[in-house]
Amino acid sequence: MSPRIVYIAFNTFREAVRDRVLYNLIAFALLLSGAAIFVGQISIDIERLVVVNLGLTAVSLFGIVIAIFIGIGLVSKEIDKRTLYTVLSRPVRRWEFIVGKFLGLAGTLVVNTFFMAIGVFGALLYVAHKFSKPDALILVALYFIVLEFLIICSLALLFSSFSSPLLSAVFAFSLFVIGSFADDLRGFATLTHGITRWVATAAAYLVPNFSALNVISAAAHQQPMGSHLILQNTLYALFYTVMALSGAVLIFERRNLK
Amino acid sequence: MNTMAAIEILGLEKTYMVGFWRKRPKRALQPLHLTVEEGEIFGFLGPNGAGKTTTLKMLMGLVFPTAGTARILGREWTDPEIKAQIGFLPEQPYFYDYLTAHELLDYYGQLSGVPAKDRNRRVEEVLQRVGLTDIKGVQLRKFSKGMLQRAGIAQAILHNPKLVFFDEPMSGLDPLGRREVRDLMEQLKQEGKTVFFSTHILSDAEALCDRVAIIHQGELRGVGAVEDLTSSVQGKVEVIWQGTQIPASMKALGAECHVTGDTVRAVLPENQQDAAIDALRRERIRLIAITPLRTSLEAYFVEKLQTSSSETLAASTAGKTLGTAV
Repeated sequence: MSPRIVYIAFNTFREAVRDRVLYNLIAFALLLSGAAIFVGQISIDIERLVVVNLGLTAVSLFGIVIAIFIGIGLVSKEIDKRTLYTVLSRPVRRWEFIVGKFLGLAGTLVVNTFFMAIGVFGALLYVAHKFSKPDALILVALYFIVLEFLIICSLALLFSSFSSPLLSAVFAFSLFVIGSFADDLRGFATLTHGITRWVATAAAYLVPNFSALNVISAAAHQQPMGSHLILQNTLYALFYTVMALSGAVLIFERRNLK
Repeated sequence: MNTMAAIEILGLEKTYMVGFWRKRPKRALQPLHLTVEEGEIFGFLGPNGAGKTTTLKMLMGLVFPTAGTARILGREWTDPEIKAQIGFLPEQPYFYDYLTAHELLDYYGQLSGVPAKDRNRRVEEVLQRVGLTDIKGVQLRKFSKGMLQRAGIAQAILHNPKLVFFDEPMSGLDPLGRREVRDLMEQLKQEGKTVFFSTHILSDAEALCDRVAIIHQGELRGVGAVEDLTSSVQGKVEVIWQGTQIPASMKALGAECHVTGDTVRAVLPENQQDAAIDALRRERIRLIAITPLRTSLEAYFVEKLQTSSSETLAASTAGKTLGTAV
């Protein structure tokens, strides 16, 4: 990998840290510790279920919000503020800039998720007093959440490469919502006929399938997940991310920076 | 000495599509042919909106030309590696304001391929050179406009480039800062570097440039050495003598005389120069100076701006202009 990508990624990470993005961890910690104490007092036998469900959902939502709101500004902010001029006037290829920006944001989210994961396990220990083997499923769920972030980051970056931040946020958030119901959309497609079926099927397969990556409930209920699911979701997320990033690169390579 | 062209612009042009529903073309730059020799300070002059920044952005690969090509330091301008030998200061630069100047320059040094072992030293050197001292730990968001301009100049020369592009380098600087930047540009020239800078401040261009080009409404209106553009194109000389007396013989020579304090300044045709000296000698008047009357760069600039496109084109075809393609 080109060292310039690493430098750009590191600078993107540094920007997120200095813009106090990681301060969301404080809100997360307050939410989770409050929930753990509250749940510990009112629940009987389902404390673990509630804490895992709540914790992983919070990890996902906090990360999605960060991915969208930072992702949409990754390129457009650099163009608006003209910071891009002094970067692209150096031996930096446009695709290196896009990939570096993506990795920087992805790195920020991985670090953020790491600390949130510690919070989830801490809350779990508080309510259950010990860890059990099925708790490892939480790690799988967290991994899938990170895959979800990669897709969202790449989509936000794609929209950011040709659209305004506001529209990019609307597009990315809409795709997240639709993608969360991708399985339902596929089910709906099978119930229709003719042109509607074609359209619904195409839409169902085009939107990112976030419902396949959402195993929070399964992890909370300690339902086993096969290695084929991990492999399949990994390949799917990587494929989708690479496609979205390629789109972002193709658009950005042709863009005039007025 | 045979020098290589640092920049060869071969018909670069840019047309933007404007309008929301019904797009219509708007030409920002007409086909531009220009050559900048290695080691010279070249001024790219024009009023606001003339096409200076568009040209610079095209050379930097930030904007794609509609047609044409260019060569920089002997290589295709689209070659990314050539940028390691180029420095660029954009107009009114804005940087990552969460960084300190040291961090910013270190980052740009990394992107430009400055070796890690030399980076710290280079950063300190250029900060010193642009007069940014005692700013360790201060984020750029706390910098004044003039300090940001200096940081911008520092990043442009950080990696010791052979060719430096400055877009309005004096913008935001106080008189002392402008003087320092002028000195810096002259030092860069002495180091053998080529400096290409755009400005609409003509005194800066006149003081610094070996050659200038004038652009207006996206069209090149003239190119040439500053001495040529400001030479005695009117074929007149200026005679200055002591006192307030204006001899009748001087008037007879067709001199336009103006008394200023205890001197008289007269402008007369160049072929009357010897007769004027004789006339003053006869009247026992003390001659102070006699110099060819030079057109100021400003006068030339205004003249070129007032020339309509068609006139420029016609004059260019007849070979009367100072070379549209050099």
